Amino acid sequence: MATYRRFDLANRALHGMLMLSFLGLSATGLPLLFGTSRWAAVLASLLGGIEVAGRLHRVSATLLILVFLAHLARVLKQLVIDRDLGVLWGPNSMVPQPRDVVQAIGHIRWFVGLGPRPRFGRFTYWEKFDYWAVFWGMGIIGFSGLLLWFPTVFSRLLPGWLFNIALLVHGEEALLAVVFIFTVHFFNTHMRPEKFPMDPVIFTGRLSEHELRDERPDEYDQLAANGGLAALEVGPPPDWVIPSARVLAAAVVSAGFLVVILIVLTLVQGRG
Amino acid sequence: MARRLGLVLATVLFVGVATAGAQPPAVKPPASDDCLACHGDADAKRENGASIAVDQKVFAASKHGPLECVDCHKDLAAQQEFPHPETLAKVNCASCHDAEGAKYHDSIHAWAKEKAGLSTAAPACADCHGTHDIRGTDDKAGRVFRANIPATCGACHQGVLDKYKAGVHGAARASGNDKAPVCADCHTAHTIQRIDTDKARLDVAAECGTCHAESMRTYRDTFHGQVTRLGFMRVATCADCHGAHDIYPKADARSTVNPANRLATCRKCHTDANANFAEYDPHADRHDLARSASLYYTGRFMDGLLLVVFGFFGIHTALWLSRGLKERGRTKKDGVK
Repeated sequence: MATYRRFDLANRALHGMLMLSFLGLSATGLPLLFGTSRWAAVLASLLGGIEVAGRLHRVSATLLILVFLAHLARVLKQLVIDRDLGVLWGPNSMVPQPRDVVQAIGHIRWFVGLGPRPRFGRFTYWEKFDYWAVFWGMGIIGFSGLLLWFPTVFSRLLPGWLFNIALLVHGEEALLAVVFIFTVHFFNTHMRPEKFPMDPVIFTGRLSEHELRDERPDEYDQLAANGGLAALEVGPPPDWVIPSARVLAAAVVSAGFLVVILIVLTLVQGRG
Repeated sequence: MARRLGLVLATVLFVGVATAGAQPPAVKPPASDDCLACHGDADAKRENGASIAVDQKVFAASKHGPLECVDCHKDLAAQQEFPHPETLAKVNCASCHDAEGAKYHDSIHAWAKEKAGLSTAAPACADCHGTHDIRGTDDKAGRVFRANIPATCGACHQGVLDKYKAGVHGAARASGNDKAPVCADCHTAHTIQRIDTDKARLDVAAECGTCHAESMRTYRDTFHGQVTRLGFMRVATCADCHGAHDIYPKADARSTVNPANRLATCRKCHTDANANFAEYDPHADRHDLARSASLYYTGRFMDGLLLVVFGFFGIHTALWLSRGLKERGRTKKDGVK
């Protein structure tokens, strides 16, 4: 069976670095947010103490900012140099469109047996939500983080009370991001029954013909109609890729769930 | 066997008793009255003119009133010749108060006295507790009675005492608030340490929090409070902004957190801070609309955002999971067919 390209190498690399920096930021930031719990102190000391954790946090943040800028540059290049307006609208765009609302409602109707499964295209509504949640999170967490990192620089322009808000939204938005990624994103992409235990597409960059046809019929039909399928056809991934991806994903998913369990336990016990 | 053991035991006992009997008869130690025969005279002096008088009434009223002189001046217990030599062994309080002695030994006072060479300036037990007039912490006339502690410490730390008296805590005590801290509340007594160590700064901050619980709660919600809780101490704790002995009410022009002085206080650490920077509220409270309105509404917005996102995707995921499992079961059954 044929295999088709879904993500190019640059996007896979960017996702990999995003993942790495996100894990680094979570591990080094959560101890501050949950400082009253034992696990926060243990995690901080495992990382070499809270001072070292703070430095790792800033290193990871820098990496994430670079990933963000690289992504923006790629999108901008596609738009300005390649003159590809499909970035802004249409089946290959990440921009939410009316059909996403229709498909979201249709999907939920399908969950409860009220209708057929929507015919999804290249990017589904939940994938767009993931993307924009991260985009919004980068803006909010990134900007508030920079304020907190360089308070005396930013206070030349900005009022002092904004730094109180920066700390609050930095923490709350981070909590939202961490729990969302480690539960909803993991479920939607890896843990849902047809993918369980994982979908290696973000590591291999490829999906099989039946995956493309069954899960993204709209994209498949369009590619079949405009003859784009052949250009996307690639061979199967090298043998080592899938096992490595499985190990990596298993490690990240388990670490993520552990963190979520600790967070939920702490929240249930009351954050002192 | 048993008989032989008995024999051995009997021999040991006999030899033991015989040896004891061979010692010279134990000296009867001098009774306190014997000592007072000389020291009870209010005019008793050494050759160099220093008084050696012990006021029997003062001693009897002291915590050690029931003790005999030789209970503390142990080297006199075996003394037979009187008057005894002028130089006696130092009284070792730790022979009874061993726990306090051990703590004191690790304190900055003992370090100063024993290691840093301040052998006469740094205090040992008697400098704080007195000698023949020693009294308990519950005795209003005692040096270590709570209300008297500032004066006791101030005997050496006069400059600190002056600041403390002028400051808000000293003033509160003077106006009859017994909850207001005295020296030992923040510095401890026997375990007193240098105040610039991480541990001491954390301990003192924790002490502030025992009364100022609300301020401690809001401090813990800030970056300063979050990282100090995990042991990163290069940021501010209470005293770094508020001062220590000379704390004044915020409205007082001398206060380090008075709006007129706040920027200078921030600049102690954030050397390039400006006026905007000093508007930051280091005790903002996201639950307090009156104090931190913008933070309050941001907090409500964030709570709402988290609720909506997790509410929607919680339900979305649960429904998807149940449908997905059914679907998977059906595919498997179809596969078998």
